[in-house]
Amino acid sequence: MPILEVKDLKKSFGKTEILKGISFSIEKGDVLSIIGSSGSGKTTLLRCLNFLEFAENGTIAVNDKVIYNGAEKNKMSEQHIREMRLHFGLVFQSFNLFPQYSVLKNIMLAPTLLKFDTPENIEKKARELIDKVGLSDKVDYYPCQLSGGQQQRVAIARALALNPDILCFDEPTSALDPELTGEVLKVIKQLAKNDTTMIIVTHEMNFAREVSDKIIFMDDGVVLQEGTPEEFFNNASNERVAAFLKNVSEY
Amino acid sequence: MFVEVSLKLFEGMLVTCKLFALTLLFSLPLGLVICFGSMSRFNPVKWIVKIFVWIIRGTPLMLQLIVIYYGPGLIGTWASKLLTTGAAAGGFVEWLATWHVFDRFFAVMIAFVINYACYFSEIYRGGIESISRGQYEAGQVLGMTKAQIFFKVILLQVFKRIVPPMSNEIITLVKDTSLARVVMVYEIIWNAQKFVKSDGLLWPLFYTAIYYLLFCGILTLLFGYIEKKMSYFRS
Ligand SMILES: Nc1ncnc2c1ncn2[C@@H]1O[C@H](COP(=O)(O)OP(=O)(O)OP(=O)(O)O)[C@@H](O)[C@H]1O
Ligand SMILES: [Mg+2]
Repeated sequence: MPILEVKDLKKSFGKTEILKGISFSIEKGDVLSIIGSSGSGKTTLLRCLNFLEFAENGTIAVNDKVIYNGAEKNKMSEQHIREMRLHFGLVFQSFNLFPQYSVLKNIMLAPTLLKFDTPENIEKKARELIDKVGLSDKVDYYPCQLSGGQQQRVAIARALALNPDILCFDEPTSALDPELTGEVLKVIKQLAKNDTTMIIVTHEMNFAREVSDKIIFMDDGVVLQEGTPEEFFNNASNERVAAFLKNVSEY
Repeated sequence: MFVEVSLKLFEGMLVTCKLFALTLLFSLPLGLVICFGSMSRFNPVKWIVKIFVWIIRGTPLMLQLIVIYYGPGLIGTWASKLLTTGAAAGGFVEWLATWHVFDRFFAVMIAFVINYACYFSEIYRGGIESISRGQYEAGQVLGMTKAQIFFKVILLQVFKRIVPPMSNEIITLVKDTSLARVVMVYEIIWNAQKFVKSDGLLWPLFYTAIYYLLFCGILTLLFGYIEKKMSYFRS
């Protein structure tokens, strides 16, 4: 039984259709990487999964239960949208930490406001997460005192604090200096080992190959190819995919 | 003489301070209401508020003082005239005929509150709009409500950003209070001018500068302190 099943998702901005019927599924504990050229709709797809945008067609089912149906997109209450969002976590390209809060407070804010648990447990869990992303010595630092890589690791911990079923990453390392990407990718790999279900949009092909159970190639709003990393990198059946991979490997 | 002048100016300064404090007390929150109005997604509200702000910011405060002080009285006399000549009748006109000038200080205060609320609303709006969309989205993705996002995430960042323009505007208010004398509210400059008329002395007028400088100096220190307090984060 897949933990997430997306069927025929369509999303337009004005008259331009950006997602033209996206379908895929993930098993619990798996890592799905999404690659594709710029403008193909990867970010838009993640935003639809986190309900920052609302697809006008298609369904999203978590644990076999349809939580979103594009046909009913105008009938949802605020409360319902917030509940749907809690199934997913999202790590942004630009971190978006809350600048006025320390690392610990950034992680504790949402669980505290949502009364996720007792204050003691929330703090205990936050400290564990900070440990997990390797920042125990930065608990009381403010975001402006951290490097990009450290900020992104805080953002990962912040997303994990709400126990999302599926954690999404939108190019988590593309805003970072090359020497800082490693520390973030290491954290994600660690999560993969611990069976965190993840969807990762990335341009880091080697990383995608190493960490993924499944790779999706998106082009112009459709899924062009889908498969295991081996299938994908060793014999790209589609010529656009082959061209893309060739292009990337030249960097 | 010096002591006498000092005391008289101090008396005027009290009126100045009272006007300053009351204006802030009411215009700071009213500005927020106007700000939300001008950002409303309901177009009629948005446009009415925007036009109102345009009128207030587009005309001299001096003129607004005069209109608010003399306006109701004029309407009252005009309505009474209509009634006595029989040109108009009815409850509404009778009600208008009861209008008369406000208390001077009250009229000035109303004019200042409205004027400053409009300026503050634009500063608030600029501050709110300068916060990146990513901050709202981060809050949304974490399941927070709109109100939680505004109060727990956005507000302090806005506050930090508007401290410099607000301090500017508030310091301008200190000096604008001197306009109140056009409708004969006895603030500090009025009191100084009385010495020009009665004793032919000019120096009391110059002397008022000391009071203003002291007042603004204190405010500058206060805002410097607030800015320092807020410097622990960057956004
Ligand atoms: N809010 C919006 N309004 C209008 N058009 C949009 C909006 N958001 C995205 N688009 C358009 O949708 C298309 C897909 O954008 P998207 O950001 O999903 O691409 P992407 O695959 O993430 O690209 P990249 O690799 O550059 O991040 C682009 O052509 C973009 O201009
Ligand atoms: Mg993108």
